[in-house]
Amino acid sequence: MKHLLSAADLDRAGALAVLDTAERMDRALANREVKKLPTLRGRTVVNLFFEDSTRTRTSFELAAKRLSADVVNFSAKGSSVSKGESLKDTALTLEAMGADAVVIRHSCSGAPHRLAHWVRGSVVNAGDGTHEHPTQALLDAFTMRRRLGRLEGLRVTIVGDVLHSRVARSNVLLLHTLGAEVTLVAPPTLLPVGVDSWPVAVSYELDSALSKADAVMMLRVQRERMGASFFPSAREYSRRYGLDRARLGLLPEHAIVMHPGPMNRGMEIAAEVADDPRRSTIVEQVTNGVSVRMAVLYLLLGGVDPREVAA
Amino acid sequence: MVRAVAPRADARILLDAAGVARAVDRIAHQILEKTGGARDTVLLGIPTRGAPLGRRLAARIRAFSGVDVPTGSLDVTLYRDDLRMRGVRPLEETAEPPGGVDARLVVLVDDVLYSGRTVRAALDALRDLGRPRAVQLAVLVDRGHRELPIRADYVGKNTPTAHDEVVHVLLSEVDGRDAVLLDPVPARDAEVAR
Repeated sequence: MKHLLSAADLDRAGALAVLDTAERMDRALANREVKKLPTLRGRTVVNLFFEDSTRTRTSFELAAKRLSADVVNFSAKGSSVSKGESLKDTALTLEAMGADAVVIRHSCSGAPHRLAHWVRGSVVNAGDGTHEHPTQALLDAFTMRRRLGRLEGLRVTIVGDVLHSRVARSNVLLLHTLGAEVTLVAPPTLLPVGVDSWPVAVSYELDSALSKADAVMMLRVQRERMGASFFPSAREYSRRYGLDRARLGLLPEHAIVMHPGPMNRGMEIAAEVADDPRRSTIVEQVTNGVSVRMAVLYLLLGGVDPREVAA
Repeated sequence: MVRAVAPRADARILLDAAGVARAVDRIAHQILEKTGGARDTVLLGIPTRGAPLGRRLAARIRAFSGVDVPTGSLDVTLYRDDLRMRGVRPLEETAEPPGGVDARLVVLVDDVLYSGRTVRAALDALRDLGRPRAVQLAVLVDRGHRELPIRADYVGKNTPTAHDEVVHVLLSEVDGRDAVLLDPVPARDAEVAR
């Protein structure tokens, strides 16, 4: 594997290899004073973020640093991009500085794919437009497997703005690969055209989808991507598709509640649900994200220099 | 992965099952003698086969002296200096022994001592785990060809080998039977006795 652009790049064995590696890394570093491994010493990882992000950028930065790689953070604000530099020129500049891996987030779907043709290093998609966010899907799968012990046959309900959600797309692909059964729940206006060809069940109604879910994943209502109105009012959305305490009671005893963050408390998820220590895995997901991204960077960069292979 | 290469049918037997058992017994006795009864001692096996070997040594030490020696395993993959040449490998289990390693005598356990690079990686990994009082090394087979100034404190069997020969250590926990075999002819990508 040279790049991680889509959750579909991983077959079942490849996905499990990432999860197992993450598990081992996590346990190797647990209870340790020095949370650092020398594995990627001398490698350079560039975080190329054209969109705002707190957790993903920090998570990748921490993951690379724990593996002793050098990390360069680049955000579009305050860079040559604001002077009109193209993605390609930015990429070639970073290439010339010797980046071994580029972690890219971009508002345009497909930007990481383009980038992968221009640079010799590895490219990791950290979220492109409304397309994909494969490391988020990996950390979600990691969290589910840890909490629930398995992924095969697991029933996962994904709720909310599927139309704009790269998290949902990557999760559907990865969970299908790993043998889980996915149900999407959203108002018809927030489901993409062609969703009937996805390997999922679709429902417009939340309550009936909760009673047999092992995990329920709430998606953020992405106001910044919504030019038109997709539902009448925030209040109505929240009443029909928000996860509140009453709906929490409909879930089976063992079911977990997930959210990729950042949350709109009171909108798609009630504060008391998000903070429920037994059900909510929201904080755990962030912690697991570092281990999963360490695993991805190790598997992409740990071996033979990708630039030598490409040359 | 790394040690998946099967021994050849005409491989020479260096140790049979009884020989492996005798070697383990002898090392257990030597550890007891050299550490003054294995007090404050922990056994840290290097996966894959160093880990079960460490547990066997602990069992024999308990049988001989009644002392319970804590055991653990230490995966050194992330500390290897040859990842760039040989590519990524799957990681193996790291389990700190109960009570940790600080201020104790750590005996590293591995199946084959060859270049010494695995042991160097283990010493680096150990430094991140804690600060042992001292570190010793026990191996089932020492096949020579050191590339670093490293030696074993306990050796089950010394075997001079040629560089392109392959040593296979088989343990029932991993391979279904106990034996140490020597392939006469080099096998492609045989990293068996790294």
